[in-house]
Amino acid sequence: MAFLELNDIEKSYGENRVLKGITLHVEQHQVVCLIGASGCGKSTLLRCVNGLETISSGDIRLGGDVVSGEGVDLNALRRRIGIVFQSFNLFPHMSVLENVTLAPIRVLGIDRTDAEANALALLSRVGLDEKAGAYPDQLSGGQQQRVAIVRALAMNPEVLLLDEITSALDPELVAEVLNIVRDLAADGLTILMATHEMSFAREVADSVAFLHEGVVLEQGTPEQIFSDPSEPRTQAFLHKIIEAGRL
Amino acid sequence: MTTRLEPAVQPVRAARPAPAGHANAVLVAALLLSMLTIGIAAWAAWLTIEVAEAGPWRIVLGAATIGVVVLAVLTLVPVARGFRERGRCLRAFAADDVVVGRAARYRATHAGWLAMGYCLPVLVIAVFTLFLLANDHAVQSTFFDTAFMAQSLGDILVAFWQNVQIAVLAEAFVLVWGLVIALARLLPGDAGRPIRWLATVYVDTFRAIPSIIVIYLVGFGLPLAQVPFFSDLSPLWAAVLALTLTYGAYVAEVYRSGIDGVHWSQVAASRSLGLSYGKTMRFVVVPQAVRRVTPPLLNDFIGLQKDTALVTVIGTVDAFTQAKIYSSNYFNLSSVTVVAILFIIITIPQTRFVDRLLERDARKQRAKG
Repeated sequence: MAFLELNDIEKSYGENRVLKGITLHVEQHQVVCLIGASGCGKSTLLRCVNGLETISSGDIRLGGDVVSGEGVDLNALRRRIGIVFQSFNLFPHMSVLENVTLAPIRVLGIDRTDAEANALALLSRVGLDEKAGAYPDQLSGGQQQRVAIVRALAMNPEVLLLDEITSALDPELVAEVLNIVRDLAADGLTILMATHEMSFAREVADSVAFLHEGVVLEQGTPEQIFSDPSEPRTQAFLHKIIEAGRL
Repeated sequence: MTTRLEPAVQPVRAARPAPAGHANAVLVAALLLSMLTIGIAAWAAWLTIEVAEAGPWRIVLGAATIGVVVLAVLTLVPVARGFRERGRCLRAFAADDVVVGRAARYRATHAGWLAMGYCLPVLVIAVFTLFLLANDHAVQSTFFDTAFMAQSLGDILVAFWQNVQIAVLAEAFVLVWGLVIALARLLPGDAGRPIRWLATVYVDTFRAIPSIIVIYLVGFGLPLAQVPFFSDLSPLWAAVLALTLTYGAYVAEVYRSGIDGVHWSQVAASRSLGLSYGKTMRFVVVPQAVRRVTPPLLNDFIGLQKDTALVTVIGTVDAFTQAKIYSSNYFNLSSVTVVAILFIIITIPQTRFVDRLLERDARKQRAKG
């Protein structure tokens, strides 16, 4: 039994079937990367895991408990699963420190002083403790995304979902964000990430899943997927990536 | 049958483009308008000084109208500059310097338009002055009788305090009540549907009824029906209740548009952190919505403040009622003008204050930290 199990997930928007039976297992302390063309269902899958989208069939288990379907306490689930979005989604009316401490104070009921001390410790880990009083609009994209990661980490999640977190960044800012993810992976955080950063996936992932039109077409170690993919469509996808000079 | 293509006719380029172009027309028009403005302003000034009674109005209006004449004369300055540029333009074209000529022509035209732009407000002021002086300055003495204005001011100010009280109390209630209605209209889920309907019916109803009728019904109807508690409301509180009901509906819609305007990704981010729907609204959505809707909210508040004058229909002695008492006793409307001026005086600072507030907020979020 894996730590996070997605079993035969299906998701439709009306007639449009986005996920057509996805099974994916993530072990504790593993980093699993989802790759695939835009629109293949990577983001939808991640949003299903933390209950932002409801699944049409299948089930999701976290640590053995079923966490999908009716009657699940989504607020409790989301305390255990953090997510970072492509477009940062920081709260523009709050300072960096307020962004990071909002959920610990209001959801976990942590004392403000403790929450702020913890937030500052996390911020200094990503080199942003000096920006604690700044507002999101005053930060670069890379800084905003680092704050968004810290905001998720402040809840001390068991699993972190990363939804193409570098896709909205200027190229020179990608590294500062990926370095943090690399550190988190090294520390043993369980991570499920959708990404277009193939070389990063190759370096950090324990397992890579290639999604195509709502199914996992192929899954394996980075070595298998990137060097010796068995599926022709995986080969075609990777070929295009190599042509674009991104691998 | 084949159609023969006619060779395209190329427009023949003028050997020499007309140097001044339509700068001529603009400048002549500007000159004429400027002269007309000066004429009317001078006429108005002369009439004012001739006709006005001795006293403060003679000095005030005299000085003001002479100021208007000066402004009218000043519109000749850009006209003169325009003609100078036109001359420069003609000389440049004569010397085959197209670039300099073109620039001078542009400046000449621009100066003409500028002069005409400034003529218009001066003309309006001058015409308004003539209107005041019409019919042997009957307009001025009907609306702006200074002595009578000064005489009525004291009582009207006291009565105006009623308007201020009603407005401030109603605004405080409306702020809360409007938000409650807005949140009710946006409640999610099946269970929320009947509440959404209820809120929608409320908003539709009270936006449809003229506030003067709500005030009338609340102010006279509730005491008449002897409803416990409500029948004992003083006219002031009846007015507060009526205006809260009416403006609560408007402000609910303002809040709702603000809440709708907060991007759904903000909700996604907040819910993903484990915040409940209620906490998401309270800490993430509503604070952002309120910042967005402050200008339209002020708009509704100004409307509310003005509608406090409607309480005259239920016999509250507010500023307007008091002014009407004066005007019917003395057959002169200058006391009502005093009320109008009071409303202007309390409204303008609020607008500036909100502008300031928004600017400060924007600076806080945007300035490099």
